[in-house]
Amino acid sequence: MTTSDVKPLGRSQMANRLAQDIPEGWYVNLGVGMPTLVSDHVPSDREVIFHSENGILGLGPAPPPEEADPWLINAGKGFATLRPGGSFFHHADSFAMIRGNHIDLCVLGAFEVAENGDIANWATSEHDTAPAVGGAMDLAVGAKQLWALMEHTTKDGRPRLVHRCSYPLTAPGAVSRVYTNFAVLDVTPGGFVVREMVSGLTIEALQKCTAAALSPM
Amino acid sequence: MVNKFFPSIAAALAGVRDDSVVLVGGFGTIGQPNALLEGLIEQGARNLTLVANNAGSGHVGLARILELGRVRKIICSFPRGTDPVVFEQLYRAGKLELEIVPQGTLAERIRAAGAGVPAFYTPTGVGTILAKNREVREINGKLCLYEEALHADLALIEAWQADRWGNLTYRKSARNFNPIMAMAAKLTVVQSQHVTGLGELDPESVVTPGIFVDRVVHVPYGTPTIL
Repeated sequence: MTTSDVKPLGRSQMANRLAQDIPEGWYVNLGVGMPTLVSDHVPSDREVIFHSENGILGLGPAPPPEEADPWLINAGKGFATLRPGGSFFHHADSFAMIRGNHIDLCVLGAFEVAENGDIANWATSEHDTAPAVGGAMDLAVGAKQLWALMEHTTKDGRPRLVHRCSYPLTAPGAVSRVYTNFAVLDVTPGGFVVREMVSGLTIEALQKCTAAALSPM
Repeated sequence: MVNKFFPSIAAALAGVRDDSVVLVGGFGTIGQPNALLEGLIEQGARNLTLVANNAGSGHVGLARILELGRVRKIICSFPRGTDPVVFEQLYRAGKLELEIVPQGTLAERIRAAGAGVPAFYTPTGVGTILAKNREVREINGKLCLYEEALHADLALIEAWQADRWGNLTYRKSARNFNPIMAMAAKLTVVQSQHVTGLGELDPESVVTPGIFVDRVVHVPYGTPTIL
């Protein structure tokens, strides 16, 4: 069999799967793109406090368009809301939360994650005309845990979980867990360990679209 | 009597020199002092180095001063804003120098300048192309990159309220880089939506104490445009 014989998770299902693993009370920063979907899937009886690099703790869901407040945007520069208990602060304090290891979890998208935890998510080549790093390097190094939320392969089927990254690194050895459309994997000193796969998938089939050795739990 | 209110933007920006390093507050277009940027364009200083999180959107504010060829170099974390047409054109044509700095390192370099810390070490950026040919030192078992404070000649700040001593408050996510930039320049110029009488701001809610502010102009422009 191959991965084309099973139904992969959609983006919303991937975000939902990751959200189930965030415990109550964690301070969490979500990167732009697919990671921002995670906040919609945290169970409603669980209090998780979301951080935004531009100086917000207690970020709430996006407002309906007619209630948008032009003074309140998130790190992706979309309209945001503030939950009761939320606070505003300046950029140095915001990144002190990140760089000072106060943020429990950061979820980033990635081009590639390597079996040693290296992550590449900001530039596609060393000759990128104008690479835009934003806060990704600070988050990857400073958050207590870094989870990657990403498609298992590129659109044309090339593996994105690899032995070593080919794109410029965001940070070395930073990722501890990866959530893909096919599996949940831990990054361990022995490489990728498969914790979970979509229904019907075998580790042999998953291995075929992964450019690093996979171990069972 | 201490009075930092200036009657016009032109008066507040008098004396800005060519080759200045200019800190520009804002995250995207929120908290970005566009009226002061327009004033700086009118004022005419050239060959500037701008420090901002982004490199401008559309053709206003930051993008406009770039488009007019007044800027030699931009130091930022994320040049690809929502609509970075001007930046992309200039950069591709080799008319604009770019220094990419991770956002937290950018904030800390600015804060360090304001706090009198000449340099610091941080693990952010170690093992990446941004660390190429840079000093790396192992501290308590962790590799760290040497970073220097980022001082400026001029800071352009957007505030929500100001009094004549230069005490400032900010509005929600428009705070961002403004308070730390206000601390890090030889001349700090503020555009404020509201001005209040001395003593009317709650001392507990002053975010930038007036000691960091030199000149304030009242610019009640209303709500920002999201780009």
